[in-house]
Amino acid sequence: MIALNVNGKRVEVDAEADTPLLWVLRDYLDMTGTKFGCGMALCGACTVHIDGQPTRSCVTPASAVAGKSITTIEAIGATRAGKAVQDAWVAENVPQCGYCQSGQVMSAAALLASKKNPGDADIDSAMSGNICRCATYPRIRAAIKRAARGLA
Amino acid sequence: MIANVSRRDFFKASGALVLAISFPGKVFSQTQNAFSPNAFVRIGSDNSVTVIVKHLEMGQGTYTGLPTLVAEELDADWSQIRVEGAPADASRYNNLFWGQAQGTGGSTALANSYEQLRKAGATARAMLVAAAAQKWGVPASQITVAKGVVQHQKGRLTFGELAADAASQPVPAEVALKDPKDFAYIGKPAARTDARAKSNGSAMFTQDVKLPGMLTAVVLHPERFGAKLKSFDAARAKAVKGVVDVVAFSTPATNGVAVLARDYWSAKKGRDALTAEWDETGAFRLGSAEIMAEYKKLAVTQGTVARKDGDVERALKDAPRKLEAAYEFPYLAHASMEPMNCVVKLDANSEKAGCEIWNGEQFQTIDQAVVAKLLGLKPEQVKLNMLYAGGSFGRRANPQSDFVLEAAAIAKAIDARAPVKLVWGREDDMRAGYYRPMYYHSLEAGLDARGRLIAWRHSIVGQSILAGTAFEPMMVKNGVDATSVEGAATLPYAIPNLAVDLHSPKLGVPVQWWRSVGSTHTAFATECFLDEVARATKRDPFQLRRALLGKHPRHKAALELAAQKAGWGKPLANGKNEGRSRGIAVHESFNTFVAQVAEISRKKDGSLRLERVVCAVDCGVAVNPNIIAMQMESGIGYGLSAALTGAITLKDGKVEQSNFHDYPVLRINQMPRVEVHIVASKEKPSGVGEPATPVIAPALANAILALGGKPVRALPLSAQGITFS
Repeated sequence: MIALNVNGKRVEVDAEADTPLLWVLRDYLDMTGTKFGCGMALCGACTVHIDGQPTRSCVTPASAVAGKSITTIEAIGATRAGKAVQDAWVAENVPQCGYCQSGQVMSAAALLASKKNPGDADIDSAMSGNICRCATYPRIRAAIKRAARGLA
Repeated sequence: MIANVSRRDFFKASGALVLAISFPGKVFSQTQNAFSPNAFVRIGSDNSVTVIVKHLEMGQGTYTGLPTLVAEELDADWSQIRVEGAPADASRYNNLFWGQAQGTGGSTALANSYEQLRKAGATARAMLVAAAAQKWGVPASQITVAKGVVQHQKGRLTFGELAADAASQPVPAEVALKDPKDFAYIGKPAARTDARAKSNGSAMFTQDVKLPGMLTAVVLHPERFGAKLKSFDAARAKAVKGVVDVVAFSTPATNGVAVLARDYWSAKKGRDALTAEWDETGAFRLGSAEIMAEYKKLAVTQGTVARKDGDVERALKDAPRKLEAAYEFPYLAHASMEPMNCVVKLDANSEKAGCEIWNGEQFQTIDQAVVAKLLGLKPEQVKLNMLYAGGSFGRRANPQSDFVLEAAAIAKAIDARAPVKLVWGREDDMRAGYYRPMYYHSLEAGLDARGRLIAWRHSIVGQSILAGTAFEPMMVKNGVDATSVEGAATLPYAIPNLAVDLHSPKLGVPVQWWRSVGSTHTAFATECFLDEVARATKRDPFQLRRALLGKHPRHKAALELAAQKAGWGKPLANGKNEGRSRGIAVHESFNTFVAQVAEISRKKDGSLRLERVVCAVDCGVAVNPNIIAMQMESGIGYGLSAALTGAITLKDGKVEQSNFHDYPVLRINQMPRVEVHIVASKEKPSGVGEPATPVIAPALANAILALGGKPVRALPLSAQGITFS
């Protein structure tokens, strides 16, 4: 049994210790907002927050984050930065296929939680771990700036 | 959770107006029956307007663009629009450009639906008005409709309030469509219907489907295409905790071993623990270098004629000046963010024998037929639920139904004991084949004494995508696969002697269409070679194109708009310690005309940066300018990935790449500023999902040529030692 704190709730899962957090969320807790894209921390689709830090859940064993505070796309809208990011995503029409966007939103929310007014270089450095094959990048950039204005 | 599952229940709900429109006989009928043919619009007593969309939403905006057409003629309010994916039924939901087949591709979704869905909306509106006229005892002509409200001096009713009465009105045989000057939605940037669900994690993809008792299957494929499973040892896989079963499977498309577990991780560990032996008698064993060497040999022999204007041989012989160039293109993987997957539930033994599939479903008619054949069912016994696809770029419309069939075969191999979700990991997806084929293009130009282009010979070598598929009889004519030469055989430039020929060698590497298909290579070869001609004859590349496009006004208008907006011909803002240049290209695909100007900079240290892309597009009537801009940006980004770093290479028949570390794709720091300008047009709308993709690579290569004087003759740029920061 692994005891986890997911989105403010304590849950216990009967998973092997090496099971990545991604698959615990998806297959054990039926929280499918966090996506599987590469399994090697190369694409960012699986990004969640561990104690506020953006983390690739596909290479993070669930047992390694027992007791830490895990936030997923399902709850990020309850935070100020997360809500601002999601609203900006809709306003700027960011998503196309949408599959990578949970991860993009999580990375963007973490950026804005730590940096009030990110410039292009900050955005590049915080977001370059998140691949979007639809290349929604210009709109992601615009949406992060819009969200920052909303939070100011 | 899954819109399609409960569709029958929706239909059974009372007070719903369901419109059935039959094509091509244009017989209109109305029914409350859940199973009646050809329904596109459903108006609920709750005032919702549900548009049933027959095309896959894979990012290109169908779930916004198609409902726009209905909302327009219905005079609905955008906020009452709901969207539902259509079931598989080619008698109602066929792609009107594909005869009786249902599917999404070739940038046809909006184009083929343009009149169909406007008529569906107009018909619903007429029946709502007729119901109100009856209720109020007034002539229908005195009634107005706007933003979902039906109005007259006598009253004001919502669609929901009228739905039940409207359902009993006769269906008009003919409906008038709006004059474009009265459009309220077409031409305006309506918000995407899927933006919220795709920003909060609630949008449903195949990857997210969970059925009671479902098992996840992770598979072991052979390392070489064409190898067959000889034997396997499941002992170590079965020893992995959580593994439920290990089975072999074989279909006409793939074969291998599947490990099934309640969760992905256990199944993957089981798969990684498997050992198998393969019969490689028929396996493909060549490497990319050997394939290209063969192609080069073929290119010097005469291929099948794809176009012949004038007398190229003679013109080249007589030309005082000649130029030659050859271009090389690698295999490319689609690498959509959602790796291929499919959920299959078999009902083998009950009276309702059949198969139900949940999938980012792009090719309903083919998938139904192929799966039915494997399972010994009738096509209509294969029920397909179309979910959002996490990208496709062509991959999910597989002519062999490879991954769909594989999922069905695995479900059969476990005797239908449980629903099966087949999940390919990134490595499985990248190595499964069905690539954009390798190509080799060799071109020769003849110039007269004044440097005018009088001859153009273009030889193309590469695998046929359509050979051996259901599309071969339709689209391979006189030995020429239309998708191998599109953009080359249709070259718009006025050159009196022009010949295009094609070799389609048969190889054991599975190939498939990839966003913008043949244009992915033909646009590069033709547009780069034209710039080499311009350079050799000291002509401005934009002016040369203009001069040669006299008979192609749509190409020309797009080209001129891009050039004008990019400030073509004006001095570039060269920064200190850097050089700048521009490159231009224009290309038509799927009847959409796109021109792009790429502006690059080079720092003193030699590093290159793509600063800006100006894109002009003529796609006929611009139904949603915002979606058009999104698709231009997307096509440019996708084309850039391929141009900069995209290459699948083979060594001794084995694919060398496996994941995003060795198949790098574009990241946010490499994405240029993109400006999109739409050519005002009254032509019928054409698609926008693909046509921006092929133009960026030649525009970029032409900017590199302008900057350094060195032509780019092979892609990707990274393999030529050219990198972008």
